[in-house]
Amino acid sequence: MEDIVNTLRKSFNTDTTKSYEWRKTQLLAIEKLLDENKEQFVEALKLDLNKPNYETIVYEIGTVKSSINFCLNHLKTYIEPQKVKPIIQARAVYSTYVQYQPFGVCLIIGAWNYPIYLTLTPLIGAISSGNCAILKPSEMAPKIAELLENLFPKYLDTNFIRVVNGGVTETTQLLEQKFDHIFYTGNGTVGRIVMQAAAKHMTPVVLECGGKSPVYIDETADLLVTARRILWAKFTNSGQTCVAPDYVLCTKETQENIIPFLKQILQEFYGGSPKDSNSFARIINERHFDRIIKLIDETKVVVGGISDRNEKYIAPTIMFNVTVDDKVMNEEIFGPVLPFITITDRNEAIKFINSRDKPLALYVFSNKEEVYNDFKNRTSSGSFCYNDLMVQLALECLPFGGVGESGLGRYHGIYSFETFSHQRAILKGGFFADSLSSFRYPPYSDSNISRGLLATSEFKSCSIL
Amino acid sequence: MEVIVNTLRKSFATNLTKSYEWRSAQLLAIEKLLDENQTELLDALKQDLNKPNQESIVLEISLIKNGIVHCLKNLKTWVQPQKVNPIFQARAVYSTYIQYQPLGVCLIIGAWNYPLMLTLVPLVGALASGNCAVVKPSELSPNTAKVLEKLLPKYIDSDFVRVVNGGVPETTKLLEQKFDHIFYTGNGTVGRIVMQAAAKHMTPVVLECGGKSPVYIDETADLLVTAKRLAWGKFANAGQTCIAPDYILCTKETQEKILPFLKQVFEEFYGDSVKKSDSYARIVNERHFDRILNLIDQSKVVVGGESDKSQKFIAPTVMFNVTPEDKVMSEEIFGPVLPFITVNNRQEAIDFINSRDKPLALYVFANDDKIYEDFQNNTTSGSFGYNDVLVQVGFECVPFGGVGESGIGNYHGKFSIDTFSHQRAVLKTSFFGDSLSYFRYPPYSESKTNKAIWASSEFKSCNIL
Repeated sequence: MEDIVNTLRKSFNTDTTKSYEWRKTQLLAIEKLLDENKEQFVEALKLDLNKPNYETIVYEIGTVKSSINFCLNHLKTYIEPQKVKPIIQARAVYSTYVQYQPFGVCLIIGAWNYPIYLTLTPLIGAISSGNCAILKPSEMAPKIAELLENLFPKYLDTNFIRVVNGGVTETTQLLEQKFDHIFYTGNGTVGRIVMQAAAKHMTPVVLECGGKSPVYIDETADLLVTARRILWAKFTNSGQTCVAPDYVLCTKETQENIIPFLKQILQEFYGGSPKDSNSFARIINERHFDRIIKLIDETKVVVGGISDRNEKYIAPTIMFNVTVDDKVMNEEIFGPVLPFITITDRNEAIKFINSRDKPLALYVFSNKEEVYNDFKNRTSSGSFCYNDLMVQLALECLPFGGVGESGLGRYHGIYSFETFSHQRAILKGGFFADSLSSFRYPPYSDSNISRGLLATSEFKSCSIL
Repeated sequence: MEVIVNTLRKSFATNLTKSYEWRSAQLLAIEKLLDENQTELLDALKQDLNKPNQESIVLEISLIKNGIVHCLKNLKTWVQPQKVNPIFQARAVYSTYIQYQPLGVCLIIGAWNYPLMLTLVPLVGALASGNCAVVKPSELSPNTAKVLEKLLPKYIDSDFVRVVNGGVPETTKLLEQKFDHIFYTGNGTVGRIVMQAAAKHMTPVVLECGGKSPVYIDETADLLVTAKRLAWGKFANAGQTCIAPDYILCTKETQEKILPFLKQVFEEFYGDSVKKSDSYARIVNERHFDRILNLIDQSKVVVGGESDKSQKFIAPTVMFNVTPEDKVMSEEIFGPVLPFITVNNRQEAIDFINSRDKPLALYVFANDDKIYEDFQNNTTSGSFGYNDVLVQVGFECVPFGGVGESGIGNYHGKFSIDTFSHQRAVLKTSFFGDSLSYFRYPPYSESKTNKAIWASSEFKSCNIL
């Protein structure tokens, strides 16, 4: 591992990665890698997750290509130092800039649920910022991991970008190396391990974790559309999405009113048998299959509950009248099980949400502006959506990251540039008129102090005085 | 300690800190604290460091007030959710915002060399962002620490901001608590300890560290002005400044040429007896006094070299023909000793700088834009000053922070708000026109796949195609 990092660092030190041409070339190379091997990716994801073609093409490949285009469109902005204005007294004397500089060698640890998207999008951010990188795809999606390892050297110079596969042993070895940035997607337990390792070198980190993302459905919500959107978000990738709606909070009445819509939508989505549908994924492995099955309390199931271990298939399942003490509320479900918890009103929902870890996403369905404002102002979460779900990830104008237990740092769009770059302050002065700043030099005096304050102070604007 | 953090967290949960009124009130309260107690503060700094009044006022108090004024001027804008534009395909359907939210309870660990500024400027950032905070001043500047502990509760409700004093045991106990952000100024050894502690809770950190900030003096530089600015930057606070010029790189010729200017400047600054001057600080304690003295090789001293342990006085000292093996090059000097290392040319200087840890600041004196660009493009550092030193810390428009061994993260100006806030993505839509996004819902099909790609992609702008 040390050799790999040293090689990449040597390459970084040649300053090749700083140029616009290099960055653009790598980004286009990744785009080519995706375009020319689309079928192989679709196949690999079928084998790893039984991921439907649509989900692979739109959520894994399409998103990464969008991110490439965004970065290409914005590269020039971040290559040149950005001029900024100092206080008015200083403008004749100093020019000030913020220069975005690459860190060096980045480590990117991917996840298994969106093994292309969550590995390549951070990589695109790292490359756009002029870094070298080691990619560590998740070993739990082995076909994709293998495919990435085979394809990357064909499109990108392995002296600059390297794919390293393996399990806990290899990842531990990697984490012992000194990196200039570590980007991790996964759970909070390993997130802590990553940050501990980073602390040894004071390496900046981004930790994209998860948690239980709550949904609140108000009485004023359009229940058909609500049901359709929630079920879409919940059962995409069989629930194995970090921003999937985890559980629902609503009144007993809403719970009753929505059930016919839920059943109708499930019929629309999967016909009578989701198992036979080619629009429904499978659980990643038997360990997670067993884990999710344990969370299901048969007595509370109103839809679904069927499973088949051979196929790692768990049917879209809905549970009603779930309580806080039920197993399904103990951990992030990360599976196709949607529990409903009934509450008496919006206030109780907000209190409930605030009593738990800050989630990665928070969803509210309502037709009343005051409900929107209430949740916006009185809750916190990585992201907040009103009347839809998951879409925030696809929009490059929005930062994607958690807060508290759901993570540290963010990326996407310009935030990828900010995350993978060091923002260097530049101050440019000249030798002329040094006497203008003579007040700063000893011997100190009261008159020097007064002049010094005049020359260096921010002054209140009229509205503050 | 746990009780203190719980109290602050309860206060934070009341949502009081989120309002513009509360935040501006706290900032104005700190300003009042500084205005009403200036004499006492100047006295404390005199006792801790023999800091001259001009340095206390212009380099500490005024900088804090600048931070306050800058925040007050911009707070109204910064606290509003900022509308951002998504891809054009989404604009009719989704409104997207970035909402700045406070993190909760912040821990701010100050340093002893600028004990007011390095404690209160981060505090201003934390409060402006709507957080509560525990402030831990450095015990190595005990008089200032005591004054802060006495004064802050008189101006800010101690249920929202608490000063905790003490040494290693108290700091360790504090670090065992769960904070929502930890801001540390100090050295890299303790920085690692802080990040390790933060890793237990995945708490975001900013580590403002240091290192040896190099200076390169080119033949084209105006040597008189260079000498003045260098001497000012080096000997302010008797060299105990994290961005002080640590050592000089220049040709043998320049080294010879600048000596008379340095001597002239010392005379202008301090008269014939530095010890009697009231424009010169003292070393903070005997341990650092001994440490710095140990670095001086008398055989290489060309100016200064005198000291007086009873006063913790070390004269402004210049050493010539220093080599990397000399003791003075083995650690950050943090004292009034300025070593010169001769190089053959600019490239050798750049290679030397790049072979060492990334410094907090890098300074270049030259009269040639090519040289400016050479260092701008081929080196990295927290900040880069061309033809002046230290001044960048006074400008709110540029970030202040390190990279690599010199630190993680940054603050000042808007960067303080970015640092002490969570940037939450907000997505807002309604129920109508759900059929517009029919393609996302199962059952999937190829035509839906194509529609989805079109509807959600970023496209390359014309100049990239």
